[in-house]
Amino acid sequence: MKLSIYRYDPDKDDKPYMKDYDVPLEHSDRMLLDALVKVKTMDDSISFRRSCREGVCGSDAMNINGKNGLACVTRITDLPEHVTLRPLPGLPVIRDLIVDMTQFFKQYESIKPYVVNHDAPPERERLQSPAEREELNGLYECILCACCSTACPSFWWNPDKFVGPAGLLQAYRFIADTRDQETAARLDDLEDPYRLFRCHTIMNCVDVCPKGLNPTRAIGKIKELMVKRTV
Amino acid sequence: MNLPVRRFDAIVVGAGGSGLRAALELARAGLKVAVLTKVFPTRSHTVAAQGGIAAPLANSTEDNWHWHMYDTVKGSDYLGDQDAIEYMCRRANEVVVELEHMGMPFDRLENGKIYQRPFGGHTQDYGSSKMAMRSCAAADRTGHAMLHTLYQQNVRTKTQFFVEWMALDLIRDPQDGAVLGVTALEMETGEVTIFQAKATLLATGGAGRVFYASTNAFINTGDGLGLAARAGFPLEDMEFWQFHPTGVYGAGVLITEGVRGEGGYLLNKDGERFMERYAPNAKDLASRDVVSRAMTTEIKEGRGCGPEKDHVMLKLDHLGAEVINHRLPGIREISIKFANVDPIRDLVPVVPTVHYQMGGIPANYMGRVVIPEGANSESIVPAFYAAGECACVSVHGANRLGTNSLLDLVVFGKSSGEQMIKDIRSLPSPHRNLPKDAGETTRSRLARLDANAAGERVVDVLTDLRRAMQAHCGVFRFPDDLILGVQKIKEISARAGRTFITDKSKVFNTARVEALELDNLVETAMATIVSAEARKESRGAQARADFPNRDDKNWMKHTLWHKEDNRLAYKPVHLKPMTVASFEPKVRTY
Repeated sequence: MKLSIYRYDPDKDDKPYMKDYDVPLEHSDRMLLDALVKVKTMDDSISFRRSCREGVCGSDAMNINGKNGLACVTRITDLPEHVTLRPLPGLPVIRDLIVDMTQFFKQYESIKPYVVNHDAPPERERLQSPAEREELNGLYECILCACCSTACPSFWWNPDKFVGPAGLLQAYRFIADTRDQETAARLDDLEDPYRLFRCHTIMNCVDVCPKGLNPTRAIGKIKELMVKRTV
Repeated sequence: MNLPVRRFDAIVVGAGGSGLRAALELARAGLKVAVLTKVFPTRSHTVAAQGGIAAPLANSTEDNWHWHMYDTVKGSDYLGDQDAIEYMCRRANEVVVELEHMGMPFDRLENGKIYQRPFGGHTQDYGSSKMAMRSCAAADRTGHAMLHTLYQQNVRTKTQFFVEWMALDLIRDPQDGAVLGVTALEMETGEVTIFQAKATLLATGGAGRVFYASTNAFINTGDGLGLAARAGFPLEDMEFWQFHPTGVYGAGVLITEGVRGEGGYLLNKDGERFMERYAPNAKDLASRDVVSRAMTTEIKEGRGCGPEKDHVMLKLDHLGAEVINHRLPGIREISIKFANVDPIRDLVPVVPTVHYQMGGIPANYMGRVVIPEGANSESIVPAFYAAGECACVSVHGANRLGTNSLLDLVVFGKSSGEQMIKDIRSLPSPHRNLPKDAGETTRSRLARLDANAAGERVVDVLTDLRRAMQAHCGVFRFPDDLILGVQKIKEISARAGRTFITDKSKVFNTARVEALELDNLVETAMATIVSAEARKESRGAQARADFPNRDDKNWMKHTLWHKEDNRLAYKPVHLKPMTVASFEPKVRTY
């Protein structure tokens, strides 16, 4: 296959450029990440993040032929012969396919991503019915790969003010958790022209999520709760 | 050239389950702690753990820590230290309940309690044929749920992280051997800094990438083992590597034992449920070493599946779509993506795959690193701690039970943190003086990579290393293979000293990182093959063709490998628990 890869090393390049690689594939090369690892054996200067190679750690998110995804779970057979790889859009590039994710994680941390419960912890586990626990499905599985937030035009424009789909999905994950007692404060925090309401339901986030999660639905649920508490 | 120095009360190297649990303890105590991690915390390999975390909560079956302790001792093939095992099993309920209070999204039973499933080697009533439901699970994403929860708690405590900083070498006080800190490379800038502390914890995880076929992430390169070995510390029981029975054939990706816990089982080419022959009671839920050997025997004797007859099949379609989608959704995802089969309808091709290192840096159950000194085989090294997969406590002995690894991470992450707090508070307040040559090892390693314009390619040495380990140190081990393996690894080790990289950039130079990781894998491989060749018995994960039986008279002892001259020493197993009677070694059947 032929890979055109975005290259930029601030240590030596004045500006970014695209570089083409012909990658000889073997039967054992199934995923795009396998092809990238092969490129690195030909040119050790190509830089990208990778770790679990099974879609749970969220390291190798990149822009694949214009669409964000994880290289390790993108099958080569599902791609055309010629593939263009760029870093995730909207975040500063550190080098090649590696972006600076500081802003993304800042937004995630801003929603207070932890259960807050003011009662003294019981001796044993807090109880939660299977139905209550079910509410967390489709939320807790997020791997923080940033495919969604960096596919979102609202996040491109206001990465410092708009929480973005990944952060909002997690905001709802804690609102939905029966063990958390901070729903009102969480809603207050999001009731803001930018933090939540920059979402214009473009739904790029849903389209690209490699885990099949739906941030738009979670955002809708938060909005519903906001409406409910005013009536 | 002097390296910049940053000072903290405590340093934690690694941000997986044990590192984050320790960091949480330290941060909550108000200490100034730095967590160094070469990947963002939630990328750590704990995230890939699937099936559950062990705790005798007795939510579904009668259970208690005594039974858990017995299973763990037996699972370890009597090489585990019984005081440490008692300690871990007694704290299991406490640490799991704490995780729940932190917000970990465990699955639930109808009565609202944590859902628990059976797992290999976990029984009721000291090894009866009744399995214990002891594995606390969040679907088949338990590691992900746990790692994110622990990271979230560290966000809450505002723990200071140094993300994408790779620790390179330990700094020791030449006077008493105390560990004073580490050197670390900031990947984004290529700058090296000395991190100095009153207590340094290595929580760097495993080294599974040392084998060619592994369930492990790219980052599992035994960094802590390399740091310790280069600084003169021995490594314990490195011959014991767990082959997980169910890695996806051809891809190596893990399929949780939880599949068999939920009722799945293995088939050979004749459609026979062959585990019934090898383990009449526990069958497919026998201990992992037992199942992996059975699978390898089936394949070796021509009953493997596929055109090459080189794998077996995992059957779970009979569990039904509801159970699979609810309890094993990640497995379905993996099977579809990596094996092109949907387990709701199809069999999944699997093969034993390297998964976990039982050995590591010798530590006690409070996380303190212990080394032989004179007549004392376990002298405490001041200010040095190890926890998690990089440590050998030893609770897993010669074979780890499934779900005991996540438990190990939180129990010993927590106890290390507790011990570090105590030790830091008992010390005088200024830091010690650093030795004049602090950082010298690191400087020369980096200088060599900067200077060399030719030599061995990192990827070639790495590939040869992994292939050699796979061929010479597998599920079954043969004397000639082991002897030749030692030779090969020595040759490869020499080549690793001549590596070069073409990329000399300061900025996020992953070629440099991979070259530095190779140094750590080489130490891991050497420790493994030398220790395995020397141990003339079969026990747990070490199965030798020439010595097929366990030999308690001569080999009921822990191996200590020293980098210097590949010297081996041994120390006794702790057969005496903390409060209960010892479990005497018995023939191990399931």
